Parts: sequence; structure tokens; C-alpha cells
Amino acid sequence: MLSLEGVTVAFGRQVAVDGVDLDLDDGHVLAVLGPSGSGKSSLLRAVAGLEPLRSGTVRWDGADLAGTPTHKRGFALMFQDGQLFDHLTVARNVGYPLRLRGAGRTAVRRRVADLLDLVGLGGYGDRLPRTLSGGERQRVALARSLAAEPRLLLLDEPLSALDAELRVRLAADLRRILRESATTALLVTHDQEEAFAVADRLAVMREGAVVQQGTTAEVWAHPADPATALFLGYARVLTGDAAAAVLAAAGRPAAPAVAVRRSALAARRASTSPGTAEGEPGGLAASVVAVRATPDEVRLVVDVEGVGEVDAVGAPGWLPAPGDAVTLRVDAARLAVLP
Amino acid sequence: MTGRPAMRRVLGLLALAAVPTAVLAVFFLLPVSGMLQRGLWPEGSLDLGVLDVLGEERTRKVIWFTLWTSAVSTVVSVVMGLPAAYVLHRLRIPLRGVVRAALLVPFVLPTVVVGIAIRQLVGESGPLGSLGLDGTPVAILMGLVFFNVAVVIRTVGAAWEALDRRPAEAAAALGASPGQVLRTVTLPALRPAIVSSAVVVFLFCATGFGVVLMLGGTRYSSVETEIYLLTTGAITGSVEYQAAAALSLLQIAAVVALLAVAARLRAVPDPTVRRTRATAARPTRRDLPALLATGLVLLAIATPIATLVTGSLRRDGRWTLEFYRALQGTGEDAGGGGIGGGLLRVPITDALGNSLRIAVDATWMSLLLGVLVSVVVTRRAHSRAEASVRGVFDGLFMLPLGVSAVTLGFGFLITLDDPPLDLRSSPLLVPIAQALVALPLVVRVLVPVLHGIDDRQRQAAASLGAGPVRSLLTVEVPVLWRPLLAAAGFAFAVSLGEFGATSFVVRAQAPTLPVVIYRLIGSPGELNYGTAMAASVVLATTTALVILVVERLRVPGVGVL
Repeated sequence: MLSLEGVTVAFGRQVAVDGVDLDLDDGHVLAVLGPSGSGKSSLLRAVAGLEPLRSGTVRWDGADLAGTPTHKRGFALMFQDGQLFDHLTVARNVGYPLRLRGAGRTAVRRRVADLLDLVGLGGYGDRLPRTLSGGERQRVALARSLAAEPRLLLLDEPLSALDAELRVRLAADLRRILRESATTALLVTHDQEEAFAVADRLAVMREGAVVQQGTTAEVWAHPADPATALFLGYARVLTGDAAAAVLAAAGRPAAPAVAVRRSALAARRASTSPGTAEGEPGGLAASVVAVRATPDEVRLVVDVEGVGEVDAVGAPGWLPAPGDAVTLRVDAARLAVLP
Repeated sequence: MTGRPAMRRVLGLLALAAVPTAVLAVFFLLPVSGMLQRGLWPEGSLDLGVLDVLGEERTRKVIWFTLWTSAVSTVVSVVMGLPAAYVLHRLRIPLRGVVRAALLVPFVLPTVVVGIAIRQLVGESGPLGSLGLDGTPVAILMGLVFFNVAVVIRTVGAAWEALDRRPAEAAAALGASPGQVLRTVTLPALRPAIVSSAVVVFLFCATGFGVVLMLGGTRYSSVETEIYLLTTGAITGSVEYQAAAALSLLQIAAVVALLAVAARLRAVPDPTVRRTRATAARPTRRDLPALLATGLVLLAIATPIATLVTGSLRRDGRWTLEFYRALQGTGEDAGGGGIGGGLLRVPITDALGNSLRIAVDATWMSLLLGVLVSVVVTRRAHSRAEASVRGVFDGLFMLPLGVSAVTLGFGFLITLDDPPLDLRSSPLLVPIAQALVALPLVVRVLVPVLHGIDDRQRQAAASLGAGPVRSLLTVEVPVLWRPLLAAAGFAFAVSLGEFGATSFVVRAQAPTLPVVIYRLIGSPGELNYGTAMAASVVLATTTALVILVVERLRVPGVGVL
């Protein structure tokens, strides 16, 4: 079990990580989510023993790791760009930690083959890293990290160097592989989708400090503050009367602030017969300000009376023009009431 | 449609290449082919007596001596250089910049100065006198290593500094200990730099002239000094042109082969090294052995220089400036009287003046040639004709790299003293020879910089309406002026210390300082020896000042010579 207590990392006068407390139980995957410059990578490097602590402790199963150098911590670190050794073949890269421990030739070969199969790269052993695509390189890096049989796997934005489609596929694979190998992992990322896809616990970091932590579902449903909500992918945070109006339309009790996902507001053509729009439960009357069509949906910015401009979505194939009147239905599950 | 501009480009290329080609033809190809002729066609017909020379006992000994001293010096230089490269380029230590700048000095120090410094160090009265190393090959090895350790430190250090530290961190995170990281990640990544520096060092050692001549005399002779000794008749009493030509040929062949092998060796590893600039780390306890080794290396480099300086200031156990005052004289004649005419025809201070004047001439010559050559070599080819023309020049201008200074000087000696090219009495001959010796260095500084200029920058300038001159001023000049100054500094320093080629072509009435130092050393008398030391200190100081100015310019390419 990993526990961080008051971990502080500083470069000269600049404090990158400021008194972070975190706990990670065996077998869990914790994602530290934060924008770039939030100190999350420094935190990860501090856990790996690559960055000295200004203060605080990093413990594993209660033992302070302050005097333990990186290579004796048993924490494998997987870099954003994999950091494969370009002068070694894929098989020799994956077998690297095994050879360090003096494993026999046949044992290494068998284990490497197993690991390459696990990451879906069976038969790639003789290739050189330069000949692989970005996704393949990350898979090799993952296999190499797993070969070290780490007590804790540290992942530094493992998927963010990849293109969007590959990222989604590899995130699912990563989750499966971590589950199957029952690996305890600490992942840092700025991509909330990556965090949700891979981790079961989430810590949100901003300006060197952890502002919220919990299970992914908890954090997602209850962002701690407006900035966190926006970072987690909520489109807007509404306050005061606007919040009250939207919550009322959703049938929820009033609150001072509410975070709204884009998909929380579903727009459709306003009914032409007068009187029905107002009478419809949960309906908000609005007029279209801007329209953008995507393959899956129509993204709108609409002006709601008493609320102001908000984002909304419409069914694909329906293309309203700016100025058109629309009716919004509010999905209560896609709102988050902020404290 | 494209015919005429393409033609114009080829013609432009030819025009640019015309001057260096002509210079190279007269002052390089002619001397070298003249020498080939002396060796292979001595009486107007093919004579393979050359092969007999190569079979002789003394020749075999000379070749063997050259090989083993070069190999040992190279290994020692690399072993000593690696820890220092790490400490000076990866650790945050006090005076780092000063030490790194100072390390450039031994590399350009005139060979005669190093020779005399080592002699003073191991001589009877020197700090290492009790070891009895004077007149042994060990003294020669010390001189060669003294020169070349700095080459290893700078070449490998530059690569080490630019090495991404994350692969090493990845290895550590996979459980590799610092030793394992060094062996499995860092050294493989540094291999190209280590191999290049080792090849360069081997080349410098194998063609090293002044040091071997001054410390080995006629007893221990390398191919390079043997050529000199043969042509001056120091071995058999008569001038042995054929034997000298044979050795020159052998040397050209060996050097070209070595350069080819080096190119192959360098090409093997993945050339796309990720370049970053690592921030220097605070030294930890683990760095203690490397720090100690670096201290020893610096001590080994500083001691000969310190011994030389003190030696030049002491006579009969007293501190004195006597030897420096003697620089105004002409040296002490072997007779001991020194009445009227001394050892030399001119005062030693005149020789310093000659050296400086010649160095200025050699500098502008090598810069002019170097710029033209570098521009021609780095121009991007737009057509097949242009590419093949460029390819020919590329090979042509790299030829001087493979020919040593002594071979060049020897070639000058035998080809340029007869009509129609009787240049033996021309005062320009020495600067021309020195410019050719410095040319590869100038090209090596400029070519990477010119290569680094993205052609699209020129295209962008042109598309914004800049003509060729304007585009040159906006794109090339801002990037190039510092490297140009640095190259000028190097050429100047090399010319000041040049001894191999100069010793063949210099005129007795206008000697350069290194030639005078060699004369003084070779003549008996304490005053001559002391004066040689004083002259060496003056020469070394001048060179060091020039090179420290170069270092201040901080040209990135200069590190990797």
C-alpha cells in the first residue's frame, strides 16, 4: 500500500507539489488528473524517487522510502513516450528487467513471449523500437514495465502521445491488462477520458495541491468546485438564478451553483402550438445563438431566458438556424450540484 | 522551362568552387602527386623499390611504434576522458565553466610547447625526474595523452550533456542499479561519440609530429617523424626521398582507410539521438570516484604547464627573468661564445612577429577557402547534374583531412621549388601551407552550422521579397558570424603552433616561433634550453588567449571537433 504524507517537491523557489496526501490500496488504479503545470508529473517522479522531496514522506506498507534509490523501490515507471531503448530489440527491451535480475535465458524468453502476447504484440520480439507505431511502442513499454513485476506501476500520461481513436482502444486494453495482472498502478494524466477509462480512483490536482479525491464515480458526480467541474468536462457552471432555473427544470432542489454537461440539455424544435411549451414539465424555452453539426449530434449554444447562454445538443440531422426557438429538456443525471 | 535556372545553379556552384579547387589543385594535388612520382617513378619509369623500403627492419619498427603508441594513447585518453566528461558536463560543480574553457587550451597548444613541457616534467630536474622516464616511450605517451584527453572530454561531454536522461531513469525504474544503467543505457547511447573521439584521437596520435620528434629524437620515431628525419637526412646522413615517399604513401592509405572505417563505425547505431539539454545535477556521494578521477586528470594536464612556467623562471635555483630577456637575442651558438652571430639569424622576438603575421595571413586564407568549401558542400542539390557536381567537390575538399602536415610540407618541398612554380622564396608559402592544415578544422566548424539552416528559411525570406543578398543578411549572417569568428580563432591558433608543414617550407631568415623553439632545444647550452622554455610560455599564452576568446563565443559545434 502506497501512502503519501505532506509530499512537497520544489525546484528552487518554485513549489511544484505542495503538501500532497494520497493513499493507494493494493490492486487499485489511481489516476491523478490535472492540467499541465499542476505538478502531477513531479509528484509521480517523487514517488519513483527521481525527484528529491523538500518535505513529507512516501511510504510503502508503512516503510519510509526516503533512503531507497529508484532502482530498489520496485516501482516501474512508464514514460509518456515509452522511453524504449532504441538500441535493443523489442524482446530485449521487454526482457531488460528480467536480465537485470539474472533470470535464465529460457525463462526470459518464455516470459517475454507471454508479456508480448498480453499486450497484443506476439511475434514482434525481433523488431527494433523505431520500426513500431506510437501505439505499439507504448504497448512494448507497458510489457517492459510489467516484466519488472513492480509492486507499483507508475504511468506518466501513457496514452496522451497517441491519436484520439487509438487512445480510446488502448485505454480499454490498459484497464484489462492492469486488472488481469492485478497490478497496483498510479497514473497521471491531463485527459479526463483516459483517467475515467483506466482508473477506479481519482485525485484531481491543481497548482501543486490535490483538490479532490475519491472513486471515479464520486468525483465525477460531485466535483468539489467550479474549476474542478470544468476540468472534468462539464461545459458550464451556472450560479444564482441561472442555477435555480436549471435545477427547477430538472426537478431538483435549488442550490447556489450547478455544473452542467453539454449533454444535460437536449434541444428540440419548439412546439408551434402556443401554450404547450410552457406547460411541458422540465421544458425550458430558448432561442438558438450558434449551431455546429458533428456526425453524432448537433451542438448548439442557446439563450435561455433568466439563465443566459448555455450549451445544448440536438439530434443529428436536425439543423436549426440562429434565432430559431427551441425547447430544452434537462437531464438531472448530467448535472452536478456544487457545494 | 526549368532548364535555364538549373543550368544557372550548376554554373553558380562551379563559380563558387573555382577558387578552392584551384588552390587545392596547386597546393595540395600537385605536391602530393609530386611526392607519389618521387616514390613510384624516380627515374621516369615505374620503380617498386617502395616495397623494399616497407620491408626494411627500421620501417617495420617505425610502423609498429606508431601503431602501438597511438593505440595506447587513445585508450588512456578515452579512459581518462570519460569520467571528466561526465563531471564537467553533467554535474553542477564550482568553476565548471572556467575548467571547461581551460580544457580547450591543451588541444590547440603548439606541439613543440607540449614537447618541451613534458621534457621538463620528466627530465632529471623535473618533478617526475626520479622515475627515469626521460627518453622513454612513456614520455611520448604522456605528451600524446596530454593533447588528446581534452578532445575526448569535449566530444563525449557534449554528447553526454545532450543526452536525454529519461531512458536512464526508465532503466532505474525497472530496477537497474547506477552501474547497470551506465553499462546498458548510457554507454550504448554515448557509443557514437566515444567512437568518433577515439578515431580522431588515434588519428591525431598517429600523425602527431612535434611531440614525438621532441621526445623521441631519432631513437623513437613514428611514421610522421620518420618522414621528416628521412627528408632532412638525419638518419643515414643523406636525403632519402624514396623511403620518405613510401612512408607518406603508406600514411595516406592508412589515414583514408581509418576515416572510412570511422564513418562506418559511426553509421551503425541509430543516428537519431534525442537531443535535449540536461540540467546539471548536484553531485552526490556516488559521484565521488568520478570527481576524484577528474581531479587527477586536471592535475595531469596542469602539471606539465606549471612545470614549464616555473622552469622558464628559474636558473641555478633562483627566480629570474633572464630567459625572457634572452628572447631579444638570437640564441647561444654551439661554440658557447655567442659572439657576433648567434644560433639564429634573427632575434627571437622577430620570430614571434613572423608567427603572428603569418598566422593572420593563414587565417584569412583558410577562412576564405573554408567558407567557399562549406557553402559548396552544404548547398542542397536541386538537379541531378548539380548533385553529381557537388558530390565531386565533396570528395575533393575532404582529401586534405587524410593527409598529414608533414606529407603536405614534404610535397611543397619537392614540387614548389622548381620553375614554373618556384615559390620557395615566396613569403606566402608558409601561410598557404598552414591555411591548408587549418582548413579541415574551419570546414568542420562551419559545415554543421550551414547544414543547420533550414532551406525553408531562405524560401520564406525570398517569398517575402528578399533578394539573394538580403536573404543572406537575414538568414545566414546572424547564424554564421559567431562560428566564423570561432573558426578564425582556431585557424589562428593552429597556425601559431603549426610545426609539421612549416618546418619544411620555412625560410631561415624568417623563422616562426615553433621552429625557433625546436632549434633552441636541439642546441646545447642551458641558456638555449631556458630561452626555449620562455619562448614556449609566450607562444602558449598567446594561443591560450586566442582560444579563450573563442570559447567565450560559445559556438555549439566547436565542442565536437
